[in-house]
Amino acid sequence: MKKILAVDDSASMRQMVCFTLKTAGFDVTEACNGDEALKVAQQGEYDLVISDVNMPIMDGLTLIRNLRTLPNYKFTPLLMLTTESGTEKKQEGRSAGATGWIVKPFNPDQLLATVRKVLG
Amino acid sequence: MEIDLSQFSQVFFEESLEGIDVMESELLNLDVNNPDEEAINTIFRAAHSIKGGSATFGFSQVANYTHLLETLLDEIRDGRRQMTNEHQDMLLLSVDLLRNMFDALMRKIDFDDPLLAQLEKQFTIEIAKGTKEAAPEEPDSSNDTLVEQEATGLLHWAIDFQAGIDILRCGNDPYLMFNELRQLGELSVSLAEHSSPEFNDIDPEACYLNWRLELITDQPLERLKEVFEWVEDECTINYSSSPASDDNSERDDELPNIEPDEATIPQEQQGSETVLSQLESNKVDEAQELKPKAVSQAKTPETSSIRVSIDKIDLLINMVGELVITQAMLGQIGQQDEIDEESLISLKQGLEQLATHTRDLQESVMQIRMLPISFAFNRFPRLVRDIGQQLGKKVNLVLKGEDTELDKTVMEKIVDPMVHLVRNSLDHGLETPEERLAKGKSEVGTITLNAFHQGGSIIIEIIDDGAGLDTDRILRKAREKGLVGQEEELSTEAIHKLIFKPGFSTADAVSDLSGRGVGMDVVRRNINELNGSIELKSTQDKGSRFTIRLPLTLAILDGQLIRVGRHIYVVPLVSIHESLQVEPNKINRLSDGHELIQLRNEYLPVIKVYQEFCHTSDAKEIKDGLVMVVDSNNEKIGLLVDELLSQQQVVIKSLEDNYNRVPGVSGATILGDGTVALIIDVTGLVSMAGITNMKEHAA
Repeated sequence: MKKILAVDDSASMRQMVCFTLKTAGFDVTEACNGDEALKVAQQGEYDLVISDVNMPIMDGLTLIRNLRTLPNYKFTPLLMLTTESGTEKKQEGRSAGATGWIVKPFNPDQLLATVRKVLG
Repeated sequence: MEIDLSQFSQVFFEESLEGIDVMESELLNLDVNNPDEEAINTIFRAAHSIKGGSATFGFSQVANYTHLLETLLDEIRDGRRQMTNEHQDMLLLSVDLLRNMFDALMRKIDFDDPLLAQLEKQFTIEIAKGTKEAAPEEPDSSNDTLVEQEATGLLHWAIDFQAGIDILRCGNDPYLMFNELRQLGELSVSLAEHSSPEFNDIDPEACYLNWRLELITDQPLERLKEVFEWVEDECTINYSSSPASDDNSERDDELPNIEPDEATIPQEQQGSETVLSQLESNKVDEAQELKPKAVSQAKTPETSSIRVSIDKIDLLINMVGELVITQAMLGQIGQQDEIDEESLISLKQGLEQLATHTRDLQESVMQIRMLPISFAFNRFPRLVRDIGQQLGKKVNLVLKGEDTELDKTVMEKIVDPMVHLVRNSLDHGLETPEERLAKGKSEVGTITLNAFHQGGSIIIEIIDDGAGLDTDRILRKAREKGLVGQEEELSTEAIHKLIFKPGFSTADAVSDLSGRGVGMDVVRRNINELNGSIELKSTQDKGSRFTIRLPLTLAILDGQLIRVGRHIYVVPLVSIHESLQVEPNKINRLSDGHELIQLRNEYLPVIKVYQEFCHTSDAKEIKDGLVMVVDSNNEKIGLLVDELLSQQQVVIKSLEDNYNRVPGVSGATILGDGTVALIIDVTGLVSMAGITNMKEHAA
């Protein structure tokens, strides 16, 4: 079973993402900000990290930057959840090391399609 | 996959309301001319989360509105726009508006407030005024036309894909992309010419490969580009197409024939704006659909929830564990046929432990309902700011003891009286800056809200450094209203107490703020209903201090059990001053039948409890029984009872829910032996006994 780490400061979004992914048969762990996610990620090996961008304590881009420095996460797909449809944020995400993005609002099907796209 | 998104709504509502609170408090603390970056970020994040969630869960009205907020805040955050007072006001109004919108969502009714359209317009104008870069994204429409042009019959696509050197390091995998393309049509992949460095210089993590992809598909170019969307900036990708050999359609001349799902896929991916506008267009239908339901659902009670820290829950589980162990120990003793001395000792030990654990458990359960009073205090900065502005008074609000914990229900019920008191302080207490300067005070007035625990109670103080109560004016007013005799002289303290009398209001004209007829008597009554009390200390030109004393919880009461005849009643311990036997020579009978006792240098009216509740009792006369001196609305009064029994904590059961409202009784409880005891409502008993003006009696 593929392991996914879902990071969002909004409990409702977290619930929605986790529920969708669990229902689809993934093993999902939650974290509510970048700092927490970084600690969780170091304790286990995840096949995919999906992270919100705007979060307190540590934002999503910093999380991605930090994850990429870890040997275990060099090539791991890291997706960001963003409401910004503008290219600027996506660029920033790419240079931080994000694999791609999911634009909010998204429905469960769109989420799953994207997750399958990176997990094969 | 069918997932019902409405299951996440409740959590979304709760976190959004919390976000709105955060926005409000940050906005109020904001120095507009020199805004703190982190504060703006926090406000932005709150708006941003609400927008994201509401769009995801289908609340388009909120999503559209918060999008405007977010746009403005983003520009402020980036330094593209200077924050102004007008922005602050607009955002604060939005806070109110959003609260109402969420209220409507939770009650499943339509939200229809002209303020929404007005603010929306204001934001749109404001945003349009600003930076040119913030123009609404138009490329969307051009993409649409592209889609239309390209979406035709089967095409043979040749894609030259030169992967960026870092593509793997971002977690992108060309293989997965090719797989995705394969799902769109017939794909063949071949490695194209590429230049790798010398063997020794090869970086094993880099990608040096180029591919040629040939795809026969009916999908539009946009769909193909979507596959490479994440990597298009760092890879070189060239697309060229020719009609597939078995397809002769002349696509340049013919109007495209778009299948419905082909057209919708790319649109959905274009980002929130497009989807928002789609939601917008659905809004009318949704609203109409909802309307008939709204009537029946409007009354659905909202399930209120409470957030409890894990620590509290852990503690609770720990307690239950202890309790189970004690139960096991007692159970073992219970199984023995005979109880010898040794097991008697362990039985007693077990019972002692049981008592400790039960008490601990009770305390921890109570803890769950406890919230820091900051939940109630938090609304005051806004209130003070708005009213201060309205009245042209300069006010500094000081909050102290915000961490003091209080039962959630008590907190909910104390907010209104507090609001009233703070409004009063602002309106009547604090002077205008000119008046203050004339009095030699600083032109900025101070209102302090302070909370702390004292014994089993919580004390909330509302202190202002304003003018204090105008005793002459109060006395004059009271005489006009006939509350005080024309010749009667009262102490300052007694005059202060007059403001708590029903129907007393000194406001000469009913102002918009306080003094609208619902006076301090309502405040006092509300507080009394919570088993609390309110006191006032005021010094002319120095200020006033209202002190509210409340029990920590409404569920449990420290009670004194008393006996009247064969009936047992509970009197709240907080209201008891003392109990005594009265000598016959200290008892005076009045002409109206009421009796007074002399206690030191005071005269107190005595209520014979057995008379009010129609019981037969041992002690018919005051000299034969015990007089318990209790507090009713800050006045002392005696209750004649037969006997004082034990003091104990009782769990309050509502009489109203289970039976009826009974005058003189505030609730009931079940005692250790299973009998029901009624809890005496002292204030109610006083009015039952027909004692209206105790001072008059005493005089």
